[in-house]
This record gives sequence, C-alpha cells and structure tokens, in this order.
Amino acid sequence: MATLRAPGGSGGPGDSGQTATPLGGPAGGLYLPPPGAGVSGARSLRRMTRAIRSNGKASVGLGLLVLFCLVALFPGVIAHDDPSAEIYGRALGPSAQHLLGTTAFGQDIFAQVIYGTRPVLLIALGVGVSATVIAMLIGVAAAYLGGTWDGVLSLITDVLLVIPAFPLLIVIASYLHGASTGVLIAVVTAVSWSYTARQLRAQALSLRNRDFLEAARVRGERSLYIIVVEIIPTMTSLLVASFLTNALYAVLFSSSLQFIGLGNPNTVSWGTMLYWAENEEAFQTGQALWIIVPGLCIVALGAAFALLNYAFDEIGNPALRPVRSMRGKRVKRTG
Amino acid sequence: MTDQAAVVAGGLGEADDSAILRTEGLTRHFRIGNAMSRATLHAVDDVSISIGERQIVALAGESGSGKSTVARLLAKLYRPTRGEIYFEGRPLSAIRSRRDVLRYRGEVPMVFQDPFASINPVFRVSHGVMRGLRLHRPDLSAHQRHEEAERVFEAVGLTPAAEVLQRFPHELSGGQRQRVGFAQALALRPRLILADEPVSMLDVSIRIGLLNLMAKLRDEQDVSILYITHDIASARYVADRLIIMYAARIAEQGPTEELLASPKHPYTQLLLSAVPDPRAPLGVGAETDRGEPPRVIDPTPGCRFRARCPLAVEECHTVTPELTELAPDHYAACHVAASGAEVRAFG
Amino acid sequence: MSSALGNGNLPRSPAERTAGTVLEVRDLSVEYAMEGGTIRAVDAVSFDLDPAEFLGVVGESGCGKSTLLFAIAQLLAPPAAITSGSVVFRGQSMVGLTDRQLAAVRWKDLSVVMQSAMNALNPVKTIEAQFRDAMRAHGVTSKHEIADRSAQVLAMVGIDAVHLKSYPHQLSGGMRQRSMIAMALLLTPELVIMDEPTSALDVVAQRSLMVQIKELQEQLGFAVIFVTHDMSLVSHFSDRLMVMYAGRIDEFGPTRELFDAPQHPYTIGLMEAFPSIRGPRVPLTGIPGSPPNLASPPPGCRFAPRCPKVMTRCQEETPELYHVNDTLVRCFLHAEDGAGHD
Repeated sequence: MATLRAPGGSGGPGDSGQTATPLGGPAGGLYLPPPGAGVSGARSLRRMTRAIRSNGKASVGLGLLVLFCLVALFPGVIAHDDPSAEIYGRALGPSAQHLLGTTAFGQDIFAQVIYGTRPVLLIALGVGVSATVIAMLIGVAAAYLGGTWDGVLSLITDVLLVIPAFPLLIVIASYLHGASTGVLIAVVTAVSWSYTARQLRAQALSLRNRDFLEAARVRGERSLYIIVVEIIPTMTSLLVASFLTNALYAVLFSSSLQFIGLGNPNTVSWGTMLYWAENEEAFQTGQALWIIVPGLCIVALGAAFALLNYAFDEIGNPALRPVRSMRGKRVKRTG
Repeated sequence: MTDQAAVVAGGLGEADDSAILRTEGLTRHFRIGNAMSRATLHAVDDVSISIGERQIVALAGESGSGKSTVARLLAKLYRPTRGEIYFEGRPLSAIRSRRDVLRYRGEVPMVFQDPFASINPVFRVSHGVMRGLRLHRPDLSAHQRHEEAERVFEAVGLTPAAEVLQRFPHELSGGQRQRVGFAQALALRPRLILADEPVSMLDVSIRIGLLNLMAKLRDEQDVSILYITHDIASARYVADRLIIMYAARIAEQGPTEELLASPKHPYTQLLLSAVPDPRAPLGVGAETDRGEPPRVIDPTPGCRFRARCPLAVEECHTVTPELTELAPDHYAACHVAASGAEVRAFG
Repeated sequence: MSSALGNGNLPRSPAERTAGTVLEVRDLSVEYAMEGGTIRAVDAVSFDLDPAEFLGVVGESGCGKSTLLFAIAQLLAPPAAITSGSVVFRGQSMVGLTDRQLAAVRWKDLSVVMQSAMNALNPVKTIEAQFRDAMRAHGVTSKHEIADRSAQVLAMVGIDAVHLKSYPHQLSGGMRQRSMIAMALLLTPELVIMDEPTSALDVVAQRSLMVQIKELQEQLGFAVIFVTHDMSLVSHFSDRLMVMYAGRIDEFGPTRELFDAPQHPYTIGLMEAFPSIRGPRVPLTGIPGSPPNLASPPPGCRFAPRCPKVMTRCQEETPELYHVNDTLVRCFLHAEDGAGHD
C-alpha cells in the first residue's frame, strides 16, 4: 500500500496564505512583539488561570473537582465517624449526629459518602492516566509508523472498540471475584483505551504530513524521537481531553460494576453503597438518602469531568467559544 | 558584498565533474487506485540534472510538474523507482547505514515552503538548530553549540541572535521563520540546500529579502542551492541555471539569461507569456490557452505537451522527445525545436 | 483589451452624488473584539464605484483588504463588526440591514467569489444542484429556466455543459474557479466582489481566468472589486487601483497613472519588490521590516517605521489623502499645504 503524498502538492502561485477571514480574526502576517514578551512559564500559567476563570464551565467543573479531591484527601477532617462501624442505630433518619442518617446495618451514611470518595477518585484518575498513556502510545505509533504496524495496531484497537464495553467488563470482573480498587482500575482501563486511541491516531495522522515533522525527519531524527518529542507535545489538548473522558467513564463504569455486586462489597465506596442500599431495598423501606446521596455524588463528579472537558475544548479552540458580540458599539448611521 | 550585489554578480559557471549532486534518469512512480483499478501515477520521469559548486539552480514548473517530488527524492524521503542520484560521485542507493544516511542529511538539508507549519510550534526556535547540531556535529561542546547557533542566526540576518533564539515561532513573522529554516540548514555545514518553494507563502515585499539571502549564502557560505519554485521571475532573479519541468519531465534547461532570452520549448514560451509584468502588456493573443498540465497516469508515448501545443506534428504524438542540446549548454525536449525550425508558439 | 479607464473618481460630497454610482463607501471602519482589546482592521475607508468599473484592491497580509471586502458584502461575523461608516449600494444603505433584507440583495445584485473554490463549493453536491439552489433561493422556479441559465453561464466561462453533472472534486482547479464565477453571474448582478480568486491557480490558468473575467465584465456590464496581493496581475485589468496598508488606503487612482508614476513610498517599494523577467537583472531591496501590530499601531503614518523617506512630521500627525493629478496619496510628501518637504 503505497502512501501517496500528493506530488507537486505545494501551494499555488503567490499564496501568502494569510488573507484575513473575519471569522478567524484579522491575523495575517505576524508582528514582532517587543523583546521580553516571550511566553514564559509564569505568563502562560497566568493566561491559563484567566481563561479558566472567565469560562463558566471551567470554573464550575474545576470547583467541583477540587472539592472532591479535598474530601478524598482529608476524609477524617470532615467525617468523624468510622464508615464501616456498624454500631449506630439502624435505619435512622437524618439528625444532628448522623447528617444523612444510618444504613440498615447501623453505619453512618455521611461518613460512608465522605470516605467513599477516595476510591472513586483513585479509580477515575488511575484509569484516566493509564488509558490515556496506552491510547497515546498505540494511537500515535500506529499513525506515524503506518503500513503493517498501523494495520496490526488498528485491528487490535478496533476489535476492542466493537466489543460492548460494559458486558465485557462484567465478564472480566466476574472472573476476578470481588475486584479491589487496583483490579478495577486495570479492568476499566483495558476496556476504555481503544476509544481515545482512535481519536489520537486520527489527530496524529493529520499531523503526520506537517512540514515540521518532515523537517525533523530530514534532519535525521529517529522515528521514536519524532513520536515522543515532536508529535506528542503538540497533541496536549487532545491528551487532556482523553484523560478527562476516560476519568468520566471510569467513574460510571466502576460504580456500575460495584452496583451489580462485582466490586468488593466490603470496601466503602459510592458504588458499593448503592449495592447494599439496593440489596436492602432502601427506597421501599424509606431510607431514600442511602441511595440518592451516593448517586448524586457520582453524577456530580462525572459532571465535573464533563464540564472540564467542554471547557478545555473551548479554551483550546477559540472557534468553539461563545461569541462576544460588539455591544455598546452601535454603528453610527450616516446619511 | 551586499545581498543585492551578490544577486547580480551571479554564481560560478556550470556543473560538470565537480557536480555536487547529479541525477541520471531519475524516475518516481506511485501506485494509485484500489484493488479494483490499479494505475500508475508518473510523478517524475527520466530527470537528469546536475548541480555544481556555488550554484543556484532553479527547478521551475506548475503544480503537478514533479518538482517537489524531485526535491523529496534528493532529500532521500522517497526512493526512486528507477534511475540514480549521485552525491559527490557516490550513488545514493549505496548510502544505507544510519551513519551514512545521517551524514548525507547533514550535507543536503531541506528548507520547506510553509513558514507556519515547518517549525514545531511548541518549542522555541532554537530547538531545531540545536537538535541539528547535536545530531550532525557531535564534536561540539554545549557552549560551542550555542555559539554556532548564534553564528548561523546572524548569517541569515536574524539579529540579535541570542535574543531571537529564545523566541517562540508564533512570535516571529513569516519571513523570519523562513530565515530560521535556512539557519537550521546552515548549521549542518551543508554542500547543497534543497529549498522547496521557500518564498511562495511570503508577502511580496519580504520575498526579495529571502532571495537576496540565498544569493549571499551561495557566495559567502559556499553553499549551493536547488531553488524549487513556480515563479519564473524569482527564478530569474536568483538562479544561475534554470530547469523547466512539465508533466514529470524536463522540458528545457540552460543558463538562466540565455534560456529566458531565447526559449526553445513551446511550453517555456507559454509560461513566459503568461507571467504578468506591469511594465509590459500581458501577452493576450487571440488564443488564450485554457489547458492545464495533465496528471500523468499511465501515459502513452509522445510529448506530454502535445494537447496544448500549436506546433505539434505527427512525431509529437508517438515519440517522447529527449533532451537535445540546441545551444551551448541549453537543452530542450521538443521535436520541432530539435529539427532546427524556429519555434515561436506563444506571445 | 481593457475598456476605457475610469475618470479617477474621488469621493464626492453627498450633494454631488449622481444616481449612477453603484457603490459608495464612506469612512468605513471595522473592528475585531479580541481578548487584549479591539483591533481596527479597516480604518475609515472611503471610495465610490461606478457601474461596470473594475477596481483592484491591493495589499499584503494584514492590510485589511479582505476584511473590507467582507464588510461591503455584509458577511462579517463576531468578533468582527462594522463600527462606523456607511456602505450604500445602489442607493440603499447596507449596514444594519437584517438578514432577510440582505437576502433580497445578495446574489441578485451583489455576488461574491471566494478565494478557494473547494471551500466555497459544496463538495457533496453537483454543480447543477448548487446552481439550482442559488436560483431557487431567489425566486427562479421554472425548471426550464434554471436548466437554461445554468448551461448559459457555464458556456460563458468556457465550460462544457456536460460538467453540470460533475462534483467539484472532479473538476480541475481552474475549472472550479470558473464554475464559481459562473455561479456568481447566475442572476446577472451589478457588482461582483472577488477575493483573490486566482491565488490557487498556476500562472497560465491565472491569466486565462483574468482575461475571461474581463471579457465577461465588458459583455455583461457588471462592476468588479478584485482583491489581491498580486499587483502586477491586476494591473492589466483594473480601471482603478487601491493600495491598502495597515487598514488604510495609501494610494488610490487610475491604474496606468499609478503604475507609471507611483507616489506613495509603500507603493513604490511594493512595485520594486517584483522581479521582472524582462529587462536587465537588477538587485532589488524589498521593504525592510514588517507591517505594524494593529493592536497598537504606531502614531501618525503607519508606514513611517519602514519608510525610506520618513520625516519627523510623519510620526506625529496622520496624513490625509492628498491629490496628485487624479490619484489620492496618503503621504506628507504630497501634502497640499506645501509643508510636505523637510
């Protein structure tokens, strides 16, 4: 399969390539800013914080995420009861000592929710990172190396993609009875990486013929160097998006697995709370909070990741931003 | 010598055995189509050129003529389907080991067309130069590398070098980025720079600066340049020798002034008549050619310009013309011209 | 070859405006609302356009010529907007019209040809279908009429009617550009605005397209505003030429006069930056430096930082447009108050 690079495809005559499009901004030739105005780390960080603060979705999403992280890091500070201790009165309603009441076994619901945050967050971040790393290595390698490598790697990716994720998860998890957090991370990663691998491969393919990569090749760089040093840093926004997407799905998948009993029911986590609550028919017996609160937390964390995902899209691609109209600058109607 | 004066003075004469790079029957085909309908696209057919020391050779043609593919063949980004490339007398096909290939890449680097896509936007502009130095001149210490980077930046007119090196690509203008491209090539101490349409995407008022720079590099840095372009006027301005390509073959080649003064191939004449020059009336004859260069797929023998050529004869439809010397060092691939008849086709 | 040159129309006062002018632009300014502030891409541009006149607008990247074009066609979208001035087309003010009102004018009286046909033509529709869409949108419903007209405009641009059934990607670059021009002429507009329609073409195709446009213009009598960076190309076809720099008009006058005797240092520099294939080979200099940053333009004349003939006055005051014969020049060297020379 010969890769056809359009022969003589270089641009036509005199194309300065920079005529202004009103939608994209007045740009055109670049201007030399005064010396010292280069982009340093501090300056880009400031720009990033400004971008986040001015974007509604980013602020909310980040706020929620930070909140959950704090809870996960310092659960003891917030909840003073032992979440597993079955020493309290059973099925109590909300009160001053038990903010959300107690479970059918006498555990404090509030404590469970607080302590249950950490495993969920660990899974989310663990899957987010590992799925993205795997997707990146496979997707970008497939795109850059092309030929048979691409064929093989794409085949693996596609096969995994086609198999419905959740049923596969169930099958795998039921083999590993009572999956612990670590196992859950591995299992969910194995099922999720293929989706973002395809995206990353697509983007890498579009980058592949960019001149700066050819320039690196002509300079004599090795393929691995080009992939790691030249291609991947230019894909950061997609990698961040991949991380957030995978984290989101990890929260949902892992909680669902735990809900149907394939997690380790003895750990304290939102998903296991749902499992026990369902087992004890919490709704029917009037212990609604036992089911509702962990469910809401799952939704909230998922939403945080989703909002951040949208926000990064907008920050990274100005074309997606909500548009500022020129209010206050009305056209003066002249004769 | 100032940049401008360098242009007019011109480079040393011709290439012969002292040729840095020489091709013989260079051919590159691509298979296109799917399993159902296979066809062969002829991107480059039977191209024989040579570039000597301290020379700027312009390879001119419209899009699809094959000029960019020739550049990539010379840069060893593609392998020739047929024919051979000789670098300092040694065939490129014999250059196999990583070390040899690396050495070749240091001798024959490439400058790209798009100033906005040819530099990695994530790193400072020093990145490319430093990487190049690290790969090709490992004998230099870190300090020497910095000095060398500054030297080449100054040589291409990017001053103050130390300061510009710390900038990011988006902080430089198009013209400056192209100069960075030349600096990167220069840092490798090349014999020959392959410049693939280096000024096409720049504003008109900036182009001259780059063209003058190329002439200066030829004279002061002892570097030859293969200048690929579709713009005949800029080719004339800077090149010692001109090669005109059409539909994957060479139509005409020779010393620039001589070729432009008396073009032998009808296609060259067509091209020259179509170049707008405000000081001269545009050659609008009764017949305005509406043709386009063909995509050469599974071609039959015969001259590829015959469909648009008012002088085509019987032979043009059956026999592919070879390059014949019609004046000292001036070659054209045209049956009519070779027969000695005066060729005046357009304008 | 080209029709009689225009008489170098200068912007006239409202009282003198004749009924014949196709387009009047007065003090048109366009600004972009960017994060760091507003950027004025077009700064108080004024000119008139006569019927069947060919106006070339020339400049390099960032000069505002394309923005000007989009502003005239009312195609600007946020963050760009017209912030002052007027555009009067056939006696009707265009700025501030609703989309509905604009739709009545678009294509019937004013059409636009974009830079790249592949971007402007719908890749999944045949040429025929696209012509039909355009005509139906403007009330032409008879199938017969549509078919006739489609074949007619294609013939006008030298394309065989069989290509009506083709998709854009099946046509060559030159043919695509021609189809775009044919499409622009479907409803015989009075004004056709063209944004670098020849940029993506090769020299030979470029010339034949330009000749074609000029022939059509003389045949059908529509006015043309032709935006390009290639001054030498448009010079053979335009009646008047407008040179823009950093959002302002720097020189504006009859083509031949401007070419034979350019007045503004920028125009002179620009013309000298084109190497010639005829005549002696001389070293050229181009214009050193870069266009100014429009977010914070230099005070006074915007070309001053790069001008070989700069005077102290140039960096303090902004020059107006001064008359030199039939040409307007924005340069203190030609100031009418006589204080133009240091």
